[in-house]
Amino acid sequence: MGKIFKFHNDLDTDQIIASQYLLLPTIDEMKVHTFESLDPEFPARVKPGDYVVGGENFGCGSSREQAPAVLKALGVQAVVAKSFARIFYRNAINIGLPVIVCKELPEAVQDGEEMELSLTEGIAKSGGREFPCTKLPEYMQQILNQGGLIASLNRRSDF
Amino acid sequence: MGQTIIEKIIAHNSKADSVKPGDIVTVNVDRVMLDDIMIPFIVDKFHEMGFTKVWDPDKVVLIYDHLVPASQQDDTRHYRVGDAFVKECALTHVHRSDGICHQLMTEAGYVKPGDVVFGTDSHTTTYGCVGAFSTGIGYTEMAAILGTGNLWVKVPETIRVEIEGTLPESVMSKDVILRLIGDLGADGATYRALEFTGTAIDEMSVASRMTIANMAIEAGAKCALFSPDEKTAKYCQTSLDGFQKSLRGDEDAHYLQVITYQAEDFVPVMACPSQVDKIRKVSELEGTVIDQVFIGSCTNGRLEDLQAAAKVLEGKTVAPFVKLIVTPASRKVYEEALACGALQTLLKAGAIITHPGCGLCCGRTGGILCDGERVVATNNRNFLGRMGTSKVEIYLASPAVAAACAAAGKITARI
Repeated sequence: MGKIFKFHNDLDTDQIIASQYLLLPTIDEMKVHTFESLDPEFPARVKPGDYVVGGENFGCGSSREQAPAVLKALGVQAVVAKSFARIFYRNAINIGLPVIVCKELPEAVQDGEEMELSLTEGIAKSGGREFPCTKLPEYMQQILNQGGLIASLNRRSDF
Repeated sequence: MGQTIIEKIIAHNSKADSVKPGDIVTVNVDRVMLDDIMIPFIVDKFHEMGFTKVWDPDKVVLIYDHLVPASQQDDTRHYRVGDAFVKECALTHVHRSDGICHQLMTEAGYVKPGDVVFGTDSHTTTYGCVGAFSTGIGYTEMAAILGTGNLWVKVPETIRVEIEGTLPESVMSKDVILRLIGDLGADGATYRALEFTGTAIDEMSVASRMTIANMAIEAGAKCALFSPDEKTAKYCQTSLDGFQKSLRGDEDAHYLQVITYQAEDFVPVMACPSQVDKIRKVSELEGTVIDQVFIGSCTNGRLEDLQAAAKVLEGKTVAPFVKLIVTPASRKVYEEALACGALQTLLKAGAIITHPGCGLCCGRTGGILCDGERVVATNNRNFLGRMGTSKVEIYLASPAVAAACAAAGKITARI
């Protein structure tokens, strides 16, 4: 079980991590500024295993991979949203952060509620209800299973 | 079955007879663009993956633009990391103060029609202006390309946008793409290719097409494609080969959606705070008092943009309480705008002219704003906090509208 941190539609990567912090040398130094413009307490309140829930078009805007990276570094277990912007989606999979499309859950849950997620079954549970999630394309699931693109590349022997 | 432009490019690149939307294809990368913000992370991941050399140094372009000139002490660390990587991998295509990456990639001839190009910046979609498939990726994927020379892509569905007729004189291509983003919504083209066609598109300069391709990402698009024509060939200083000439959407190609506009119906518009798809007619916002105007960026910092602004400000002055910041997109644009007198006109009107680069657009330097201030800007994003604090209101507009607002000290449609 993890706690839900709920966000709005069209949440852009500038809100996840603002551009002035991209110059910090490490993701660990950056992560304390996650969601600073929307919820400055987020980095202190989020616990490993918690979930970020978004609406439509989560992670739109800049291609900054630091956006999924700070969420992963804070221990966010997965991002569940109605839909994702494509660069954020790819970046998240490549660093091993599960991004799950679920059309119903974001409307049905409140900020602060508990939820759990079974990636293998493709089902999210919250408040006694079950929500079916869209499974990742096979190719991306493979990258995620192996722990991200680096781990996946390291298993290849053709370079 | 006919093919769309993106299907033709991906099929040609992967030496397949044809591809269809949904296919996962490994493409051979023709060129990559690395920028100064991301370079330390790219280099880290490159080493973490165990690579010791890039697959083809000639295909790699490194551009310092977000952090030029340095505005904070930490910025120079990025130059040092970049310079060390240049030495380590014997890179030769390096620009340290020549302008914005997306301007330089086509201006300096790194991208040709039909190429497959990736960059570590979301506005990499810009090179679709010359008929290249280009899109933004993260630093981990860039590191993987640097080592392997390839990347997997999913062939996207295509949305065709047809614009017939002649645009009104007060309308620039910025108004066209803003209206389209408003109609599609900020995620209306997510995972999709946009393909532009019609007589109004044929009439547009490559620079105007760049503005449209640049902002396609604001509707979520993977790429935005224009058929290469004689203007493209001239701009790219090349002659088009058979493949490049074939890059037109076939009559019997499958399109997810076809959107048709009559060019005469367009009017000057703005994207209002703080969503790119919150589009209103400028005339409906008339009189809103402003503090600053920014003319520049990879969206609208080209010669025709500066000339449009200069034409509006000829013989006028910027309102006394307004700061007008003008940032040419590249050194070449800067030189040309000097040579034709556009910069002198803007200077005389009271503009602050800054060095080519990303400047204020990424909110790091050159005129950042604070709580309660309002700016009219020609760049591509009006997200909260983009150009200063999160209580700054950003209105996105064309260079002509922005210049008119600078003179009036308020939003005005009277260009």
